Parts: sequence; structure tokens; C-alpha cells
Amino acid sequence: MNPEAITIKGIRQGLLITLPGGDLAGQDWHADLRVLDTRLGQNPAFFRGGRVALDVGRRELSCDEIEKARSLLARHQVDLFAVVSESPMTEAAAQEIGLVIDLGPMRPREPEPMAEEVPGGEELSAVDNLVVRRTLRSGQSLRHPGHVVVIGDVNPGAEVVAGGDILVWGRVRGVVHAGALGNEEAVICALDLAPTQLRIAGHIARSPEDKRRKPVPEMASVRDGQIIAVPWQGR
Amino acid sequence: MAARVFTVTSGKGGVGKTTLSANLGVALAMNGRRVVVIDADVGLRNLDMMLGLENRIVYDLVDVIEGRCRLRQALVHDKRLPELFLLPAAQTRDKSAVSPDDMVRICDQLKEQHDFILIDSPAGIEQGFRYAVAPADEVLIVTNPEVSAVRDADRVVGLLEAEEKGPARLIVNRVRPDMVRRGEMLDISDVIELLAIDLVGVVPEEPDILVSANQGRPVAFSRDGSLASRAFHNIARRLQGEDVPFMPLREQGVLGRIFSFVRSGGD
Repeated sequence: MNPEAITIKGIRQGLLITLPGGDLAGQDWHADLRVLDTRLGQNPAFFRGGRVALDVGRRELSCDEIEKARSLLARHQVDLFAVVSESPMTEAAAQEIGLVIDLGPMRPREPEPMAEEVPGGEELSAVDNLVVRRTLRSGQSLRHPGHVVVIGDVNPGAEVVAGGDILVWGRVRGVVHAGALGNEEAVICALDLAPTQLRIAGHIARSPEDKRRKPVPEMASVRDGQIIAVPWQGR
Repeated sequence: MAARVFTVTSGKGGVGKTTLSANLGVALAMNGRRVVVIDADVGLRNLDMMLGLENRIVYDLVDVIEGRCRLRQALVHDKRLPELFLLPAAQTRDKSAVSPDDMVRICDQLKEQHDFILIDSPAGIEQGFRYAVAPADEVLIVTNPEVSAVRDADRVVGLLEAEEKGPARLIVNRVRPDMVRRGEMLDISDVIELLAIDLVGVVPEEPDILVSANQGRPVAFSRDGSLASRAFHNIARRLQGEDVPFMPLREQGVLGRIFSFVRSGGD
């Protein structure tokens, strides 16, 4: 298994990391964990503070082995909350150490070709994009390696972290981070851009202080090393 | 109408949950409904004092859960109102003594003999909040027109949505119209715009309320007294299923938006 084959998807409760392979004959969990470690190390900012469900496929894992994965993720400041597996043994072990094994209706539908065609995350056109039709409330966090569209608001106290662009058909009042995997070309668009904090790749900006301005659609991008928000020129 | 459990919660502390629970309980009982108000704030109980019943507590919620008494023995009956009962919290214990299942069981039992069960939730989003919300048929979120309170309320709404607890309804409490007019306090519409849940009440801030709380006689006892009392009674009627109009809200509903489009298209 190589780092680029590990797929990452945004789901309602956090991120779903799918480890491909998992043929029982050649199972080498330690090797797989090393590869996962490398993958996580490639984009620390994207993962830090997130919650992860790990899909291990057919692998048969003991409590100890799952615990090792949990510790590995913890070292990258990621919280493992679920293990998804086709193996009943793995499911039982996961449950024993308090992890969820069923993501319920929140589980994204499986587009099978995805696991083979997707590289690490650099070519965003091959990674699927996420459309979320609800308002993100305070305390909620949405992370996704591709582009993210929110049809709703991003309330203060909520955050969106995307590898690609972030388009909000609504108000942005929380924290939004586009290009979180290092893409400086990423943009953030919103009908009302009034974020607590705006981040594109490694740049961070606050909103200017005008409190009672009329909301106008804007697009924020990085120009000459800083984040500029340009209003939509309708007429 | 079948018995219903309402949990009054907020996230933020000090927004008026206990005052609301007390007054709502009184208002519903004055309308002839059989009401139990449960103080779920184990360790920091206040509902008993606000209702003026603290001297009559013999058993409490934790005694019931731990089997030291029957549920009926713990219910404190308000002599002023035959339909109103209080299930007090324990003061010498803490929230680890109660589980969500315990609360669900207690409410199931109470539903047999009472019409409305109001649970006064503690502040926060941890264990106390969780066991207070577990038995709820509906959650009433109390907030103040103030940014921290609204931020916390939004968090609570998000948590309830994630648990698929059904839509919560909002009560905006401690409103000072003079401050709103001067732009020193958030407008109700600002609050609703952010929280985006149905409004079930707006209660003005009044000095009476504090005085009554200290005297153990909620303002709702005087039905047509202050504006706040009337607001509490209106909320009670809405919970009973009546359609009581709100007075001061200038809401721009769908109709308003359609009119705007027609106007621009006419140029």
C-alpha cells in the first residue's frame, strides 16, 4: 500500500480514511500504519484537530492493533472515533475499545472506481467535491480534501477546512480554510463574507471591522501574498 | 392531548431557564393542566427556591433513582396550585448520579398521571444537558439577545440536530426593548436569523422577576400583571397548541420577498 492510495473523504462526523488492500494473505499491519503515518505527515494542518473514521476493509485486527492505529492518529492530533470493517473480528475488537463500527446513514455512497484513480490529493479534479445542504452550527467542523459547497450558513463557532475551494451560498461567520492541503490558488466565495477568520493555504486574515455594512457577494483569494476579498460586480 | 415532556435548555448559564420553567409551570397549572416541573440541575438546585417550595422538600430526584423512595413521595405539591408538582434536584450530590435512562424511566412514569412535564436543564452541554434532554418530546431553547448566549444556543441546536432530536423551539428571554431601539442589544430578528428555529416566545426583562424569584412567587401568578407575566402565559398557551400571535415582530416572510422581486422586475 502506498501513501497516495489512501483515500480521504469528508463525512458528516469528520473524515473517512480508507486503507485500500487488506488481503488477508499479505496482511502487515505495521507496514500499513507506517504508510498511514507518512500520509498524515504530508498535510498536518489539514488533519490536526479532526475526527476520523478508519475503513480497514477485510483486515482482521485485534484490540491492540486498533489501539496502535488510535495512538498513531493521536500523535497527529487526530481523534479516532470509528473503525469500519468487513471483518466481524475487527468490528468486535473495535467495539471493545469503545469505537463506533457503523457510520449509519451518514456513510457516503461508494463510488467504486475512486480508490484506484485518486492520487494523494494534489489533483483535486479527481477527488470528489462535497455539497452540504445545511447550516453549519457553532461547534461543527467540516473537513474535506476536495472543493466544498455549503448551501446554508457557516455560523460563528463553526469551521470548514477544504483542500480545494469553499463556496458558501449563505453567510460565512465562522472560520473557513480553503487550500488547506497547500493550494494557494484556492478561493473562498460567499454571499455574505463576514468570517471570524479566513485562511487560504498558509495565509490567515481577519475581516475588516465594518459591522453594519450591507452584505454583498465576495470572492477571497491570495494576491501578492495577502488575502483580498473582491465584491461581485453585478451590474 | 397525550402527555408531553419539554426540556428547557440553553447552553449558556444565567439566561433564565429556571425562571422560565417556574413561570411556565405556574401558567400551565393555572390553565388546569397537570404539570410536573423537574429540577435537573443536581448539585446546584434553584427551581425549588424560585417556586417557594424549598422548605417542603423531603425526597429528591436522586432518592427516586437510587430507590430510597417512590416517585410520588418525592413530588412536592404546590399548595397555591393543585395541578402543580415539583420534583426537586439533590443538592448534596452531583450530576454523575443521574443517567439518561433514569430520566426516561421517570418521565415515562410521570406521563401516566400528568399532562406536561417540564425539565429545567442545567447549563452546559455535558452530562447534565444529556440526561435532561434524553426524555424530551420537545426541546425549548432559551437565549438572550446577546452574542455569547446566541453562540451557545447555536451549539445546542447543532447537538440536538445531530442527535435527530426533532426541531427545537426558541424563547428569547430578558429582552430590553429600549436597548434594542438604541442598537445596544441584538434585535430578535438577528437572533432568529442565526438560530433559524421556530420562535415560541419573547420575554422582556423586568425588575419584578428578580423580586418574585427571591420571594418564591413567580410573576405568572398574576396572569394579567406585567408584560413578562403575559409573555409567560402566551408561551404556555402556545405549548398547549393555541396559535397566539406575537405582537412586535416585523417578520419579512416569503410574501415580503415576492413583493421585492416584482418591484425590481418592473423597471
